[in-house]
Amino acid sequence: MSKIVIIGNGIAGVTAARHIRKSSNDSITIVSSETEHFFSRTALMYIFMGHMKFENTKPYEDWFWKKNKIDLVYDHVNAVETQNNTLICRSGKKITFDTLILATGSQPNKFGWPGQDLQCVQGLYSYQDLQLMEQNSKGIKKAVIVGGGLIGIEMAEMLLSRNIEVTFLVREKEFWSNVLPMQEAKLISDHVRSHHVDLRLETELLNIQDNGEGKVKGIVTSKNESIECQLVGLTVGVSPSISFLKDSGIKINRGVLVNELMQTNIANVYAIGDCVERTYELSGRRNIEQVWYTGRMMGEVVAQTICGSPTKYEPGPWFNSAKFLDIEYQTYGNVSPQLKANESEFYWEHSGKKKAMHFIWDTSSQVFIGINSFGIRLRHEKFDAWLRAKQSISYVLEHLAEANFDPEFFRRHEPEIIQAFEKQFPHLLSLSLK
Amino acid sequence: MQVARIIGLNIFLAALFLFLSLLFFSDYTLTKEIFQSKVKQEHQQRLLPVFEKIFDKTYPNTFVFANEIKNTVEDLNVEARNQQQWDQVIYDDYAGTLTKASTQGIIVEYTLLLFILIFGGGTLGALLFILPKISIEAPGIKNNNIFHHALNNRGWIGILLGTLLISFYILLYFYDAYVTNWIILVEPLKKLINPNGDSSQWFLYGFLYTFAVIVMGIRMLIKYRHSNYQMVRTASVMFFQLAIAFLLPEILVRLNQPYFDFKNMWPLDYDFFDAWHINMLTESGGSVGLFMFVWGITLFVVGVPVFVYFFGKRWYCSWVCGCGGLAETAGDPFRQLSDKSLKAWKVERWMVHAVLIFAIVMTGAVLYNFITGTNSIFGIDTYTHLRKPYGFFVGAIFSGVVGTGFYPLMGNRVWCRFGCPLAAYLGFVQRFKSRFRITTNGGQCISCGNCSTYCEMGIDVRWYAQRGQNIVRSSCVGCGVCSSVCPRGVLNLEVKEEEGRFGKPILIGNNGIKLQD
Ligand SMILES: Cc1cc2nc3c(=O)[nH]c(=O)nc-3n(C[C@H](O)[C@H](O)[C@H](O)COP(=O)(O)OP(=O)(O)OC[C@H]3O[C@@H](n4cnc5c(N)ncnc54)[C@H](O)[C@@H]3O)c2cc1C
Ligand code: SF4
Ligand code: SF4
Repeated sequence: MSKIVIIGNGIAGVTAARHIRKSSNDSITIVSSETEHFFSRTALMYIFMGHMKFENTKPYEDWFWKKNKIDLVYDHVNAVETQNNTLICRSGKKITFDTLILATGSQPNKFGWPGQDLQCVQGLYSYQDLQLMEQNSKGIKKAVIVGGGLIGIEMAEMLLSRNIEVTFLVREKEFWSNVLPMQEAKLISDHVRSHHVDLRLETELLNIQDNGEGKVKGIVTSKNESIECQLVGLTVGVSPSISFLKDSGIKINRGVLVNELMQTNIANVYAIGDCVERTYELSGRRNIEQVWYTGRMMGEVVAQTICGSPTKYEPGPWFNSAKFLDIEYQTYGNVSPQLKANESEFYWEHSGKKKAMHFIWDTSSQVFIGINSFGIRLRHEKFDAWLRAKQSISYVLEHLAEANFDPEFFRRHEPEIIQAFEKQFPHLLSLSLK
Repeated sequence: MQVARIIGLNIFLAALFLFLSLLFFSDYTLTKEIFQSKVKQEHQQRLLPVFEKIFDKTYPNTFVFANEIKNTVEDLNVEARNQQQWDQVIYDDYAGTLTKASTQGIIVEYTLLLFILIFGGGTLGALLFILPKISIEAPGIKNNNIFHHALNNRGWIGILLGTLLISFYILLYFYDAYVTNWIILVEPLKKLINPNGDSSQWFLYGFLYTFAVIVMGIRMLIKYRHSNYQMVRTASVMFFQLAIAFLLPEILVRLNQPYFDFKNMWPLDYDFFDAWHINMLTESGGSVGLFMFVWGITLFVVGVPVFVYFFGKRWYCSWVCGCGGLAETAGDPFRQLSDKSLKAWKVERWMVHAVLIFAIVMTGAVLYNFITGTNSIFGIDTYTHLRKPYGFFVGAIFSGVVGTGFYPLMGNRVWCRFGCPLAAYLGFVQRFKSRFRITTNGGQCISCGNCSTYCEMGIDVRWYAQRGQNIVRSSCVGCGVCSSVCPRGVLNLEVKEEEGRFGKPILIGNNGIKLQD
């Protein structure tokens, strides 16, 4: 029986463990130092907002691990010794392994701003960050969030739920316009403002000021405005959490470098999830993918590989989702912030300004490339199949109604969308629709 | 706006306080005239001597007065039993009727005014509290601070409310004489609907129930105004409770027809096959009664399988049913308190099916007795050993005291999940022969847990969603809240062809991985 040890009990590590258990009797140990049991990081905001308790965010009940013979060690790994297959833990404990899987996730970025280490300046990634935020936000009136991404907007929503005023500094022209095309970015920016967030676009953080007691007093922006606040949220992205691997002999760059089998330069050491940097290209994907789904998929494939059927990480068409305050967002395929030279686009927005769809296709072949949908749920299965089959944009529109995933009695917009499309691109729709 | 809400809350609490304190307001004097008009002729002679001591004496509250009456009658009964004079035992509830007739004080003098103050004030206060939400909060899921609130998370307000509700049910079912003032309070409404009728504890209950469904239904409509599914469904339970369960039976009685709730059905309606009920419908009910009898049977024999096949159990449980109606409106603030553990699911399956079997056996025996004109089956007295325990343990304790009283402690569907025999029957059909399922959306689940947390039936929805498997569970009442609260658009209640309903556990998006399990 071989001994498999996984560092990190996030979605990546836990998925790997579960899938290994499905096809093998090997010993499985997960070492992790954040929480004793796996919880859903994506639900951190809901704990703060009182939608759920921490208990509710655990996808498996506590008995699950024992029943599936997955040993849990609640400890921090300080170093990995690859010569003798041993982990050195903070408690002094040593753990040996035959196979090691690194699934250590990320940590929030800090860019060396003056004052970034003051009290009440924080990021949001871990359960400890959440507890810190609970403390830091007690009795305060005003907060500033730096960095207009997904975690930034979650943090804004969290603070709003406690009636704390939020100023939101965003470097880009509109909220998340480094990822979203301008139309959608504007739509969301407006929505953010409608929730009484003081959204400052094209504004960066210059420094954070001390109140004389080591706590935040306020900040100064790149436009030289001073903003008084008692909490600063730094949400300017995350980076792989790999500093403890420096002297391990495992090759790292920004993340742990892996090949298609998620294998590092050391044959019995694999890496998956947020902490990974791929050494090979996958079209339309970054080399470091820091989302839930990719962590899960890597966990699935690494389990196959370790259990004897080497399986490459070959994700299908890209998909993702998020929620911006009240607006749900789903995306399938690739929609870039800037239209590429070979691409055409069609954007539809509902008059209520809470629903929108953005279609991208290849101009010459008319092959559908991607969609952003706001306020309308779409069927993953359909879009996945259409993208794989390289269906045309007209096919996608003709079948759009089949892909609707909104609940019964919801207003349907397909006829309106198709009409608008037809007006703009009369030559593209096939006869069956006209 | 916040000011309006605070004022509203205070008005509501004042109305509630007035309502509660009403129980202690009156005093009671029984006169010989009242005695003679309310006590049955055949009992008067025996009761008169022992009642003499009570006449014209003023009692300061219901508890003392009702007890006095009860004890006085009971003393006689004990004597009769000792002498084995069974025919002399008096079963009539004189405590209730005499207390009502002997009540004096403001509740009698200002009944209508008090009614308006309490229920008008209560409604006004509640609406002032609820309506401003429209402008304070944008439409969308707003579960902010639920787990921080002492009402919604078993804090002191929840415990206090639970205690109040439990006490209310115990009084209502077993000590109705103590709540005579409330029965009198709703008399004006009763007379309005049916001038010849008298208010009773059941009319009081029906009214309060409907009141709760309507007021909290309005709250629900506002809270979920972004979701047409929730709006339509809520409007539906409000309609069925108000029109079909509350008003129509009263109107039928006014028209000299049998009292009948067209949307209730066996086995939830466990006295449907009681001899008195069958007789009421078939013998004294005329053609309307006969229609009701046939309707009642058709509903559960044909209606349940057909509708569950096409729509799922939800057509009844979260669109029509009264228990469901209360759970989905008044119970909405407590849905997150249901137990999601695997253990709870095990208990649930045992318990709810046991109740169903109990209901079937009990009804079978009752029907057998009815047809054969006997009182027992296999030497067991049906009433004492089956029908009465069912009525007490299941009808009163489980569905009432526990089912509703425990809302703030165990969630709003305790009865529906653990106790309702009709739910078990509907669920059986839903599990094995239906087009209904909750579809999960490819690989989009982020395991956040909102769906499981807010599933009032304690279904661990996430367990299915995160492995990409459809949810087909007999207990799912199709409330659609899991779908509403999911922040990633993963869940959808759908009816489609039966084939492939259970789905295969596969998460879309990973080429390397083929079907598992
Ligand atoms: C607030 C927030 C919201 C998010 N929302 C979404 C979303 O909606 N959708 C989405 O796709 N993604 C979302 N993400 C990103 C997503 O959560 C991550 O991509 C995902 O959790 C990464 O999983 P992982 O298993 O790779 O790592 P992690 O979940 O980070 O798990 C790694 C674990 O390893 C532990 N660990 C690290 N080093 C050591 C060590 N040396 N010794 C012991 N233990 C160690 C860490 O403490 C951690 O517990 C969100 C992230 C955050 C912070
Ligand atoms: S599974 Fe969903 S629809 Fe069914 S009862 Fe639970 S919350 Fe309601
Ligand atoms: S609410 Fe949605 S995303 Fe969250 S666990 Fe349930 S199905 Fe998954």
